[in-house]
Order: sequence, then C-alpha cells, then structure tokens
Amino acid sequence: MSARASETSPGLWTLAWRRLQQDRVGMTALIVVGCYLVVVLLALMGWVAPDWTREVGVNYAPPVFWADDQDETAQPSQAGQALSGPVPLYGLQDPLATELAAIRAQHPGAQEATEVPRRLSLPLGGDKWGHDVLTKVIKGSETSILVGLVAAILATLLGTVMGAVAGYFGRWVDDAFNWLYGVFTAIPYLLLVFAIAAVLQQKGVVTLVLILGLTGWTGVFRLVRAEYLKHKSREYVLAAGAMGASHMRRMFVHILPNTSHVILVQLSQNVVGFIKSEVILSFLGFGVPVDVVSWGSMLNEAQNELILGKWWQLAAAGVAMAILVTAFSMLTDALRDALDPKLKY
Amino acid sequence: MNLTAFLFRRLWQMIPTLLGVVLLVFLLFNWVGGDPAYVLAGKMANPDDIANIRHQLGVDRPLWEQLLIFVSQIVTGDFGNSWATREPVSEIFRTRLGPSLVLLVPMLVLETLVAIVVALTVAALRGSVLDRTLMVTSTVMMSISLLVYIIVGQYVFASLLGWFPVKGWSDHLWRNLTTYAVLPILLGLMVSVAPSVRLYRTFILDEVGQDYVRTARAKGLSERRILLVHVLRNAAIPIVTNVLMGLPALLTGAFLLERFFAIPGIGREIIMAVERSDFPIIKAATVYVAMATLLANLLGDLLYRVLDPRVHFE
Repeated sequence: MSARASETSPGLWTLAWRRLQQDRVGMTALIVVGCYLVVVLLALMGWVAPDWTREVGVNYAPPVFWADDQDETAQPSQAGQALSGPVPLYGLQDPLATELAAIRAQHPGAQEATEVPRRLSLPLGGDKWGHDVLTKVIKGSETSILVGLVAAILATLLGTVMGAVAGYFGRWVDDAFNWLYGVFTAIPYLLLVFAIAAVLQQKGVVTLVLILGLTGWTGVFRLVRAEYLKHKSREYVLAAGAMGASHMRRMFVHILPNTSHVILVQLSQNVVGFIKSEVILSFLGFGVPVDVVSWGSMLNEAQNELILGKWWQLAAAGVAMAILVTAFSMLTDALRDALDPKLKY
Repeated sequence: MNLTAFLFRRLWQMIPTLLGVVLLVFLLFNWVGGDPAYVLAGKMANPDDIANIRHQLGVDRPLWEQLLIFVSQIVTGDFGNSWATREPVSEIFRTRLGPSLVLLVPMLVLETLVAIVVALTVAALRGSVLDRTLMVTSTVMMSISLLVYIIVGQYVFASLLGWFPVKGWSDHLWRNLTTYAVLPILLGLMVSVAPSVRLYRTFILDEVGQDYVRTARAKGLSERRILLVHVLRNAAIPIVTNVLMGLPALLTGAFLLERFFAIPGIGREIIMAVERSDFPIIKAATVYVAMATLLANLLGDLLYRVLDPRVHFE
C-alpha cells in the first residue's frame, strides 16, 4: 500500500476506460462502431465504393447467394445478345446509313457506344438500374453516419456552450436560455424539422446537418446547464475565481472537464437520434438530394422493389442501419455505466 | 398553494413560451423562407401576378404588420385557405383530427398497458436470463427503423398474407378500429413499446430497492402483492407523467403510419403540406401542436402532483 501511495491515482478517463474494457457488450459495440467508422473513412477517401452510380449488374440483379437457388437458364441482357450477333437485314437498306457514315467521318475519334458487360448477380444484389447494392450501402452508410456525426457534434457544441452560459451566469441569462429551451421543446422535434425543411427549399447534405444540428441542442443544454448550476459554487471554482481566473477560464477550463462525461454520453445518444431522423427525412424526400445515396433514400427505393419481390436493397439498408444503431445504443449505455462517477467507489 | 392557483400560475407561465413559438414560426416562414409568391405564381409568372399574390398574402406589408396578422390568425383559428387545395385550413384540421385520434389513442393505451406488463415481468425476474434477453431484444427492436417495420409489415401481412387491408380508411369508427387501424397500430407498437419498457423497468427497479418494500416483505406479503400493489402504485407516478409527455413522440410515428396506410389524419396532411410548400397548414399545425404539447406537459405535471401527495403545489 505504501508503495502505491506515491503513484498518481488514475484519472476519470483511465478508470472509465478500464471499466469499459470489463464490459464485454460495451467492447463489442465499440468494435462494431469502429468498423463502421473505418468503412466510412475508407469510402470518404474513395478507396472503397468509389462510384455507386455505375450500372454494373443487370436490372434487379439478385444477390450471389440467392442466385444459386434459381435456375441457371436466366438469360444475360437480351438486348445485348441480339445486338452482338450479326443482324439479318432481309435485304433492307439501313435508311440512315449514309448519314451515320457522315457523322462518323466528322468525329473520327468518337467511340462507339459499347454494351458494358453486366453481371448476372452481385454480392448483395442490384437495384432497378443495376447499381451494386453493396456499393450503395457503403456510400449510404457514409452519408447517414457523417450526417449524424457532424450534426451531433454541432448540436452538442451548441447545447454545451448555451448550457454553460445559462448555468454559470444564472439570473436573467438563465431565464433567457430557458425560455429558448421551452420554445424549442414545445414543438415536437420532427414537426420542427419538417417545418424548417419546408421553408428551406434547397436540399443538400449541409442543409440537413444544419437543420438537425440547430434543432437538436435541447437535450445537451438541459443536462449541461444542470451540471454548471451544481459546479459553479464548488470550492475549486471559487478558488479559481480567487486566483483571478476569468469567467471564460472558469467555465471552459475548470468546469467543462468535470461535465465532459455528461457531454460525451449525450453526443453518443445524439448520433443515434440524428441518424434515425436523417433516415426518415431522406425517406420522405426532405433530406439528401437525389444524387446522394443514404439509408433513407435506399429504403425509399426499396419500398417499391419489395412489391416486385426484390428484397435485397431493403434488407441491406435495414440491416446495416439496425446493426449500427444497436451497437451505438449499447455503446452509449456502456459509456454511461463506465463514466458514472457514482460507481467509482 | 391550492390547485386552481397552481393551474393559473402554470398557464400564465406558458404564455411567454407560446409567444416564443409564435415568433419562431413567424420568423421561419415570413423572414427566413423568403417570398412565397414566386412559389405560388408558378413558372410563367408575370410581375402583375406576383404583385397581386403578394398583396393577397399580405407579404408586401411591413414585417410587424404581418406578425399582427399571424397572431390574429392564431387567436381566431382562421388561417385562410390551403395554398394547394383552397380548402380552409380550419376545415382541414377539423376533419383530419378524428382519424389521427383513432390511430393514436388505442396506440397510447395499448403501449402503456403492454409496456407496464412487460416491465413488471422483467423487473420481477431482474438479473435473470429472461430479463437480459428481453433488454437486449428491446434495444435491437428500438434500433430497427420504423420505416423497415412498416415496409416489411405492410408487404407481409397486407400484400402477401392478406390479413389486413394494404391501406385505406372508411367513414365508420368501428370499421376503422377493427379493420384499417389494426396493422398501423401494431406496427407503431413495435417501436414505441421497447423504449417504454426500458424506462418503466428502471422506474420499478428504483422502487424495489426502497425501505417500504423491505418492510412489506418482512410482514410476509407475497412477492406478487408487493409488486402489483405496493411497487406499482409508486412507480405509477413517473409512468403516468411519462405517458403524457410521450404524446408528442407518438406523433412522429403517426406521420409515417398515416402516410403509408393512407389514413387521412393530421400527420399525413403535414407531410403533404411540406411536399407542396403549403405554408398555412404547416404554420397552423406547428403552433397548435405546440399548444397541445404544452397542455399535455401541464396535465402530466398536474397528475404527478395529484398522485404523489409528497409533492406540493409550489
């Protein structure tokens, strides 16, 4: 015991990390979330899934594992076959042959439109146009996760600063921010988001992030404000004030680290919430523009495909989202358990 | 302080918040949103048309005058006509409220009942395999998007198996309740029950550790009686509050469910209004739903105080 006394006692984060490592569910969730983030990063760099708009398969190409069950007589793109063979002309002259030759002479370098060989099946199947669903899911994850992450960071930042100011200064400042909080929470979240989406006519990923971020700060605000109310009269803050620390310094250098566990859990919770909101908005067509794919827009397409029995895009987007959200929720729970200072003793 | 005084004070306190909501909605639509005349006039608009529409809408007047118009619209309930269908907005809300309630009220009642029963069961068996399995299941169920439930559910149970109509609505309450609303309600429950179960379980577990439970056990009461009479009564306080505060969240489900199942309710109307930039409907909906939310919160608070004699009306 005496040997240990000289060592510095482990800090909050070290203790939290140790507790998280003990939590098998939490660690699994962390690994799953990490995998998603790696894929998103790779997709962002363009190393995987560079172009989801390429039509690599036949229309509604089934997934590889599913195609085996069906009979092998499925014809490759029939239009392509008919064109590739010699076309019997039955003595007819092509009426446009001379003009075609003239056009070709004018543009000597021009390439003939070639039928790109299309695959009969794709790893996770293809959509209506033959886009690879696997590529789409990766790109969709990139969009949905990035939107959720950036919006959550924005909302958490806003909520933290506002909560800090309100809780620290109290009095009329607190009243003003509380009023704003009351206004924003009086309108159900999705309705507020719909209203803003209706007003802002331009669609875009940035717009989406702004909408979600600017409306989603309320949860963080409430908790951070409560923390600051609690901390502002503690001895260490008063001591810092006596030593001449400015308000800013007391708020963000001294108190903020002591509320960081609350903020981190809220951030994690917000990511999940915003991903869900993004999916709903994009599904309804109020979210990402048409040239961007997200889980929501995939589900929208999949809705019509399912009626034709083409279930793979729905399954891919649904499962990808479900796994991430499950893992993220469990990680949030694990973080909360690991960071709860009450459990320390 | 007595009940009436408390009520009046809380209602009085709601006024600034309501004014804030009105201001927020107003700024959003009349200032951020820019000039709606161009949207309304269409592609082949000439300046006269636009000036005419601007005059009709009142957007050529100063901002403070527009705000007064908006406030008077809220007070009188007369938001004019829908831009898309020319139907009076008040008429739209009056006729669409019924179907929304037919969907939401049974959903709220069933959700509460199912969640309480499941939460009591898992709380009684806390720490057991069943408890942990159910908790994990509920996390997974919460994680699947309501969209996926609806798409798959509608396809499997309505299109494929034909147990329910794919979509539709009738004029008869009973027929709606027993035929058209069944599948939407069940699908809505799939997502809304899980979070409630988790929450109610913690409420119940909070009570289980209390001294009065130990006393009841020491008196020799059965576990069942302790849980169903002693614990449930105390846990009911946060549960009731939560049910009322959860009303707005149900609305989210109603948006999607009404749209998918073509139920002519308020949620579907709002989504269509957003699609068509039908500002009067969205403005009215936002303000009135905010009012309803505030009232629901007040009611929750009130019930909380009535149920729990330890809390005083301050």
